[in-house]
Amino acid sequence: MSNKATGISDKPTGSGRASSSSIELRLPSRLGYEKVAMNTAASVARLMGFSDERVDDLKTAVAEACINAMEHGNKLDEALSVGVILSMDANSLEVKVTDNGDGPQSKTDAPDIDKKMMGEEEARGMGMFLIQALVDEAEWVSDPPEGSYARMVIHLDHPHV
Amino acid sequence: MPELVTRVTVEELPAPSADPITVMRFSGDITSASQPAVMGTYEGLPDSVKRILLDFSKVEYLNSSGIALVIQMMIAASKKGQKINSFGLSPHFKKVFTMVGITKYTALHEDEASACAGF
Repeated sequence: MSNKATGISDKPTGSGRASSSSIELRLPSRLGYEKVAMNTAASVARLMGFSDERVDDLKTAVAEACINAMEHGNKLDEALSVGVILSMDANSLEVKVTDNGDGPQSKTDAPDIDKKMMGEEEARGMGMFLIQALVDEAEWVSDPPEGSYARMVIHLDHPHV
Repeated sequence: MPELVTRVTVEELPAPSADPITVMRFSGDITSASQPAVMGTYEGLPDSVKRILLDFSKVEYLNSSGIALVIQMMIAASKKGQKINSFGLSPHFKKVFTMVGITKYTALHEDEASACAGF
């Protein structure tokens, strides 16, 4: 994997993207509903011509971002919704997943399976790592009091390895 | 859109000259809600079980919480000296399992026959 933009920031970047079209969803903070966002993102990516492999990568990344937003951002408060904004242009698909939280609590480091097996690291906590590994650009932005968002981008012309 | 129920069926494959192979066949979703189905089923296996085969071929959706359950099961199996092989994962989830390092503790096979032969 190379030429990937990743990061955690307290300043919005990448918003205001000039897109030719966009789709917005609002999901309840209820586990299972991430599949609505996952399948919508997959449909859009297929329409744009992404390969099955990239579509699968995006599905997992979007699902994990939504789960993080529901669990950690909105604390599974079903009165709070998770926003999903898909923005398409000729060569890329951007997905922003918004919540009401303060930003990511976990980390993007690769999981250490040996530490997990020894009980020195929680078995969970792989979502942000997977997001970063599966898309071309990933960032997490904390923007209080507005909330926070995860932003993911896949490029049509990017030879993802 | 509720999560699909996780179903686990257990089957024992006799092996003439070795320990039998216990197959756990998963279907539906494997997520954080699958703890009772996954770990409950595993913990219900007799301690005499030495070889466990995980069949993911009917799994429709697997997320990082579900992968964490698989890791929990591997931790418990490791403590009991049990060996785990797996098959039926899509190419995408083979990649994901490899990314998180699970392949160090379970071999991922193409099909049931090769997974059984791999013990």
